[in-house]
Amino acid sequence: MKEFKLNVNGSSHSVRVHEDTPLLWVLRDHLHLTGTKFGCGIAQCGACSVHQDGVAMRSCVLPISAVGDSEITTIEGLSPKNDHPLQEAWIKHDVPQCGYCQSGQIMTAASFLDENPNPSDDEISQAMSGNLCRCSAYLRIKEAVKTASKS
Amino acid sequence: MANNEIKRREFLRINGITGAALVLGFNFYSCKNSSEVRAEATEWSEMNAFLSIADNGQVTIMSPNPEIGQGVKTSMPMLIAEELNIDWKDVIVKQAPFDAVKYKRQVAGGSQSIRQGWISLRTAGATAKEMLINAAAEEWGVLPAECSAKSGIVYGPAGDKKTYAELAPLAIGQAVPTDVKLKKPEDFTIIGKSKKNVDLAKIVSGENLFGMDYYREGMVYANVLKGPFGAKLESFDATSAKAVEGVIDVIQMKDKIAIIAIDTWTCFKAKKLIKPQYSKSNHNTPEITAKLKALLVAQNGEDKRKDGNVEKAFKQADSIVERFYSAPFLAHNTMAPMNFFANVTAEKVECIGPIQTPEWTQGRIAELLNRPKEEVTIDMTRMGGGFGRRLYGDFALEAAEISDKIKKPVKLVYEREDDMQGGMYRPASEYVFRAALKDGEITGYEVLGASVNDGNCVRANNFPAGAINNYRVAAYRLESDVTTGAWRAPVTNFIAFAEQSFLDEIAEELNESPLDLRMNLLDKAIENQKNNKELTLDYDPVKFKGVLQDVAKHSGFRDNMDTMGLSAYYSHNTYVAEVAQVEEKAITKIYCSIDCGIVVNPDGAVNQAQGGVIDGMGHAMYGELTLKDGVAEQSNFHNYKIIRMNEVPEVEINFVKSDNDPTGLGEPTLPPAGGAVANALYRATGQRLYSQPFSKELDKVLG
Ligand code: FES
Ligand code: FES
Repeated sequence: MKEFKLNVNGSSHSVRVHEDTPLLWVLRDHLHLTGTKFGCGIAQCGACSVHQDGVAMRSCVLPISAVGDSEITTIEGLSPKNDHPLQEAWIKHDVPQCGYCQSGQIMTAASFLDENPNPSDDEISQAMSGNLCRCSAYLRIKEAVKTASKS
Repeated sequence: MANNEIKRREFLRINGITGAALVLGFNFYSCKNSSEVRAEATEWSEMNAFLSIADNGQVTIMSPNPEIGQGVKTSMPMLIAEELNIDWKDVIVKQAPFDAVKYKRQVAGGSQSIRQGWISLRTAGATAKEMLINAAAEEWGVLPAECSAKSGIVYGPAGDKKTYAELAPLAIGQAVPTDVKLKKPEDFTIIGKSKKNVDLAKIVSGENLFGMDYYREGMVYANVLKGPFGAKLESFDATSAKAVEGVIDVIQMKDKIAIIAIDTWTCFKAKKLIKPQYSKSNHNTPEITAKLKALLVAQNGEDKRKDGNVEKAFKQADSIVERFYSAPFLAHNTMAPMNFFANVTAEKVECIGPIQTPEWTQGRIAELLNRPKEEVTIDMTRMGGGFGRRLYGDFALEAAEISDKIKKPVKLVYEREDDMQGGMYRPASEYVFRAALKDGEITGYEVLGASVNDGNCVRANNFPAGAINNYRVAAYRLESDVTTGAWRAPVTNFIAFAEQSFLDEIAEELNESPLDLRMNLLDKAIENQKNNKELTLDYDPVKFKGVLQDVAKHSGFRDNMDTMGLSAYYSHNTYVAEVAQVEEKAITKIYCSIDCGIVVNPDGAVNQAQGGVIDGMGHAMYGELTLKDGVAEQSNFHNYKIIRMNEVPEVEINFVKSDNDPTGLGEPTLPPAGGAVANALYRATGQRLYSQPFSKELDKVLG
């Protein structure tokens, strides 16, 4: 195990973990930031999505040794008062069913809207297709992304 | 948020002057525009097991049942609030702990939470309201009948009024009335009006909520390695696993091996270094399928239902239609893999996590650890999906056993692979449907089913029972070591597709529209019911017709039959009809009409119903789990496909208006989806589908 320093949501932390530990487990087990979820561990579901220097990344396949001094943002740090347009749109549309996939959906959508602020329906579908929702709340996720893109 | 900043200052000022503890209205939804500043609750009066009223007017409602994403943590408290006559904004919902005496049926299963709680929860609210009124009447020296209650205030005949907050301490001393009157549906003010998910704000901000997120100072982490189904663990070498820094122990638990470490990743990492030897397992999908098919031929066993003379009907038929249908195993694949926290000490066994069946699990843990039941507590967290998987507390038992062995608080976490390869699968099943046709009618009908570990893989008294005079249903069971269980809408999740595709073929054979065929059969069932009072039917043909008519109207089915597939099914006391629309060989829209009685939380109900339709379509199209040497060949989402956003059609939900008591909704929209999709795809491709996943069969035609 080794000592690693990392920047998460604007503050710096240090942890002692195996160097192949995915960022996901550093966040969850060591920093107790459990908003970032574990779904598959192999970059297939998007539940673990965080931002690395503003871009959505799958934290389950990002080893801590590759994080370096990049800025990591998790759902807990997405907005100061949980009032990111996406979070508000999620509330407006009452999106979640079980809710487990939703922080990953929001983080993916946030990075996507940064790149493409006025997406078409098809572009939303394509961009969000990497994120699974086992409860199939897809129609509301799509509506909420659309609403947020217009706000 | 400037407004709130001001509020905060105001709050501090008020607080400074009065010294009273004041906090901002906590309600997330109203915090932006509401100027509400509410005194902090300092004293709570517990009216009954379900609700307490605070001196500031807030009401805590305990939601009794496990929340798996079906929305009961919102809709069950709505039932209580309705009869208590309070405003929803004053409600704080808490998950009740498991307590079989206080809360009775604390199960998430069979889509029964609302149906079973419909009277008891409303009674809890109404009882408290009556006690509040009685307390006020006593204060004013008037008769309770002269008082009324609205929005948390009791009004007296002389214009007096007192809030619930004032009355609650007096009301708890009142005798508990036993014959309270419940409201009529037309007087509902909360039921039937959409309320947002009570955990919404926490979900979108990533707050600790799920079992997977549970943390306790000093806890360690664990993972469990399991072998192939039916195999015995013969030996294993844990030397290199134990040498991994951070590993605390590796222990054997019968045929399983538990890895305990200081964090989750270390468990996963160490697990891969264990080289276990198992005895051979010969569970393979092709053999299982062959054995199931053989059961359909051997037909050893009793019929589940037999009406009239089936043999004669088939003998005298003009033609016979016979079709075979094949269902693969499915994994539940809840979004959150299995997990549980346990802390076993000399005094007690504390278990916390996502579980659909706390009572059953408590009993099993007590038995496993040889402890009195009273020492075992279960706290339910929000679940990252259930779909039936979390009915089986195997993972909770594992966590308890590990904690018992290592004498530490422990959180067990499965990897996706552990979850998918060691599940309680939807059993693989085979069916044959036969119909005898004579003079343009169905004169005989026969359904035989065979399923892994499930001797009741049919729905004997469901439609079209009662509509066809010569009718037989039988089911056979194949015993297996492969663990199987309830998967969202057990049995009906597949048999509905088989039946509804079969009926589509018969309609074509008889040159009748798929809608007319069903309506005519239902008319026959109604007539037969009239003539034969003993006729056993699980469904009401009149309600069944209602959803068919409704879906036909909304979808324009009669005018678009060449691009639409129809399907209807009754399950969990609810009637659902669906029409799938196909354009260019893709399903673009599904119309879904539902009769589930009164809809408690309409917006939540739409979400749930859409989810069921998409889940039904997704698994029919793509879901498959196959076994080789006792191990699932699919291990994670790269080789087990779950439907994704770009494959999801539009889904339009319509509820048939009803004043009947509510029935199930978590499952019933799933069963008809596969049939609607298959029948629609037939219109586009000319290809009938007989086995799932459809994608496999379609690949053959569509390339
Ligand atoms: S957990 Fe990272 S993509 Fe699934
Ligand atoms: S809401 Fe349950 S997985 Fe998306």
